[in-house]
Amino acid sequence: MSQQVQPTKQQFLTLALETDVSTTMQLFENAGNWQERYRQIMLLGKTLPKLQDELRNESAQVKGCESNAWLHHCEIEGKHYFVADSDARIVKGLIALLLIACNGKTSAEIALFDPNPYFKQLGLEGQLSPSRTNGLLALAKAIKSESE
Amino acid sequence: MDLTMLRSQFPALAQSNNGYPLCYLDTAATSQKPQQVIDAMNHYYHFDNANVHRAAHLLSARATTQYEAVRDKLCQFIQARRREEIIFTHGTTEAINIVANGLTSQLKLGDLILIDAAAHHANIVPWQELAKRTGAIIKPIPLTTDCRLDSAAFDTLLLEKPAIVALGHVSNVLGTVNPVSNLVAKAKQVGAITLVDGAQAIAHMSVDVQDIDCDFYVFSGHKMYGPTGIGVLYGRFALLDSLSPLMTGGEMIKTVSFSGTEFNQLPNRLEAGTPPIAEVIGLGAAIDFIDAQPKAQVSAAEQTLLIYLQDSLKALGDVVLYGAHSDNLGAVAFNLAAEHHQDVGILLDQQGIAVRCGHHCAMPLMQSLQLNGCCRASIGIYTNKADIDNFITAMQSVKELLL
Repeated sequence: MSQQVQPTKQQFLTLALETDVSTTMQLFENAGNWQERYRQIMLLGKTLPKLQDELRNESAQVKGCESNAWLHHCEIEGKHYFVADSDARIVKGLIALLLIACNGKTSAEIALFDPNPYFKQLGLEGQLSPSRTNGLLALAKAIKSESE
Repeated sequence: MDLTMLRSQFPALAQSNNGYPLCYLDTAATSQKPQQVIDAMNHYYHFDNANVHRAAHLLSARATTQYEAVRDKLCQFIQARRREEIIFTHGTTEAINIVANGLTSQLKLGDLILIDAAAHHANIVPWQELAKRTGAIIKPIPLTTDCRLDSAAFDTLLLEKPAIVALGHVSNVLGTVNPVSNLVAKAKQVGAITLVDGAQAIAHMSVDVQDIDCDFYVFSGHKMYGPTGIGVLYGRFALLDSLSPLMTGGEMIKTVSFSGTEFNQLPNRLEAGTPPIAEVIGLGAAIDFIDAQPKAQVSAAEQTLLIYLQDSLKALGDVVLYGAHSDNLGAVAFNLAAEHHQDVGILLDQQGIAVRCGHHCAMPLMQSLQLNGCCRASIGIYTNKADIDNFITAMQSVKELLL
């Protein structure tokens, strides 16, 4: 079987999310309405790089999303790094929200991360329901299981 | 008759979501249920609950009488020749599976099965499985560029003398209507067995199976204001009687011994096990509901709304419609510019708008349209102009956010 293409170590390390969980919480608390929340989600999505076609491969694809979503993982010096993309803008933004909480963290830190209260505090708890086809639940599970 | 009163008979429609009134434009996935359907099922469980066909007691007699009365109603509703031609199934999908499975011994290597390219998976996959079992070949009947079934291509395919022709009556994604009487007549001339999937037609038009003249016609209760878990298989008696049963056991038998079993007659032969009795009774109430409405007036009102929906989407700009013709029924398929259908769906949901976004269980159709998916807004008897206006206002907000 041919080896599926992986992002380089450099690509994993250069993912620079210029924000953290508390700043993001503040941002969403200040959002006055759903329009503003979703605008912020899409802006966060834009901070993730677009994956080249060869990295949009089958082995990286997260099942359970109506849109296509890809997640690559790499552990460097005890910390977990992710490179991810989606062809839907809101899903990509939701992935960014997950990565803000999990990227560059240790296994122990990621194990402690509970997406339910996180998205609830962001005012997005509805997006985590298993009936949704946005795949957020599947993505959260994938991030957690990759970093175990 | 004032049709605006109809809406108040559907209790689920009187709710809000996120401070927005619920705007239910997903009737093609499943319709809402009128109070009388809910009441009929409730009444059955409260007072008449018993198994059908098998006990001497009063309750079973009441349940059986009600259950079999729905078969008579359906016989009349779709103009079947006799009540034994009506088989209760769990839905359209099971009905097509019963036919495709039941025809196994009648097909041979190299036989041709033609399938409507706009069909949903329930009218594709059972035939693919039949082809696997028998060595039959499947060919799609292509669509024209305006998303109608390609009649010339169909004629050419008929020269290959197909054994089976499987058609949709109304496309679940596009809402396009096939001229099924005409297509069935042509298929019959070459000796094909014909099946018409009426899942998306039955709530929106009068169906006369003798007029269509197909061998099989199938539909689901839940898309015609009835409950989920109940569907109907109509079959021309002789052909229906030739199907080997998909499911065995329960009341489908006449005698059973360890040396052999004799099957019961139609309709019981194809209704193994305890049937969904409450759902059948609920479906009966849905037929009563539909029959009580002024049919011509309802059809005209629905058609006016559908055209209004198509026109409003066009007027919004940056919206691509697929196969939107004025003679379509029930549904409009669209995308907002090059935006992902899921983004559009999520943002509409924020505003209380229920539409379906995805491949709509019709992946081959999506492939032929070269789409990953699309959004579909669909209407029913309770949809009003305010729903369409709310939807368009919501689309305007989606446009502002995405474009």
